[in-house]
Amino acid sequence: MTDRRDFLRLMAGAGTASLLAACGWDGGNAVRPALLDVSRINDWVGEKILFSPRRLAREYPISERTAHLPSYFVSREMPILTNPSAWRLQVGGLVRKPLSLSVADLQAMPSTTYTVKHHCVEGWSAIATWHGVPVSAIAERCELLPQARYVRFDSFDSGYSNGWDMASAMHPQTMLAYGMNDNPLPPTHGAPLRLYSPTKLGYKMTKYLVSVTFTAERPGGYWEDQGYPWFGGV
Amino acid sequence: MSASPAPAVTPAPAARQVRRHHWIVRLTHWLTFVVVLGMIASGLQIYAAYAKFGERNGPYYVNPFQERAFPDAVRLGGWLAGGLNWHFALAWPLVFGGLLYLAYLVASGEWRSLLFRPRDLRGAIEMQKYYLRLRKDHPPQGKHNPLQKLAYTFIVGVGALAVLSGFAVYKPTQLSWLTWLFGGFQAARYWHFWGVWIFTGFLIVHVVLVFVVDPASLRAMISGWYRGRFPSHD
Repeated sequence: MTDRRDFLRLMAGAGTASLLAACGWDGGNAVRPALLDVSRINDWVGEKILFSPRRLAREYPISERTAHLPSYFVSREMPILTNPSAWRLQVGGLVRKPLSLSVADLQAMPSTTYTVKHHCVEGWSAIATWHGVPVSAIAERCELLPQARYVRFDSFDSGYSNGWDMASAMHPQTMLAYGMNDNPLPPTHGAPLRLYSPTKLGYKMTKYLVSVTFTAERPGGYWEDQGYPWFGGV
Repeated sequence: MSASPAPAVTPAPAARQVRRHHWIVRLTHWLTFVVVLGMIASGLQIYAAYAKFGERNGPYYVNPFQERAFPDAVRLGGWLAGGLNWHFALAWPLVFGGLLYLAYLVASGEWRSLLFRPRDLRGAIEMQKYYLRLRKDHPPQGKHNPLQKLAYTFIVGVGALAVLSGFAVYKPTQLSWLTWLFGGFQAARYWHFWGVWIFTGFLIVHVVLVFVVDPASLRAMISGWYRGRFPSHD
């Protein structure tokens, strides 16, 4: 008798669990906010405990490049500049010297290049070479104010943007890339300029850049505001 | 470990009750049960985003579920971000429940009746003989027989590997040494996926054995008190 009661109790527990799973439940209005709160705690752990501002991602020989690195944009059609020579990167926010930089200006700055593994939140990975300017070099040139704690990267891809913590942005491998696999950055990958870092998931690396803004408040982002982890570090 | 060498299969006096499971063991047992179901369900949701194991364009690890989506009823999260948030939130009770359980085993000394050690090999063979009807009498045992020790030691080890491979997939750059130990990012995803099938298989065998061999042990895992056929196994 007791055994049957216990069995029923067990089945009730398992039933609840499978009900939770049923229909791909995302937690509903009751649980979803709590999940997002935990996600913020995980962001904190990712940023303050697991992330190291100095640890470098492994570099690969060029021979290990992946034949195809998938890419995407959120606009209906691929964002392309109608007048590329008029494009400027606006660097501003909490800085002493706001900057307006052309691709030629960026190419004249000290450059960096590496061949690294790209990790997508979906689970795929691919290896490619990137050429660009470290974000830390830009920050040095525009002279940050001490209140600057975050960086906001905006694009001309239907308002796609990302917010970054300062430590990740200043990581030596975080760059504004104007080149990929020994060629100018192609439009599919965010021409003329995109953010790149092997310490972040792909969705954190803003393509089709138009501005870099240093802020005191934590900026949101296109996917981050929809529920993807804000820190997105790997 | 034969704590009590009493003959094992003699039917016990009906009313004899023994205290079998500490509340920490019962709490962490049921917590882990629910959390692992949630981890599997949210993991299957995450899997749908890139339903294979290997770099783009292959080669891929052997996987009968390649390019297949699991039905909605066994997925938790609704979409990739929802699955990730469930998975990363449930990772906390999984890890801390596991650590609490292990800490209890060490502090109470109960690990001695659960950890399979080389000296249990002989007893495991005898126990297997008994189950294969090659031996008539039930070998003397303590709380758990050597085959149970093997099963419980195995599943705790698999749990630890599931957590470690999870971290290897979560932070392949910051914890690159761990990802390397699992054979790289895609290999770590693959071994992490194996956890699903080992846990599912264990769950089925575990529940079948409970009901076939000793249904009273289910009540003991709920109330802590055991009143069944094998009181001497304490």
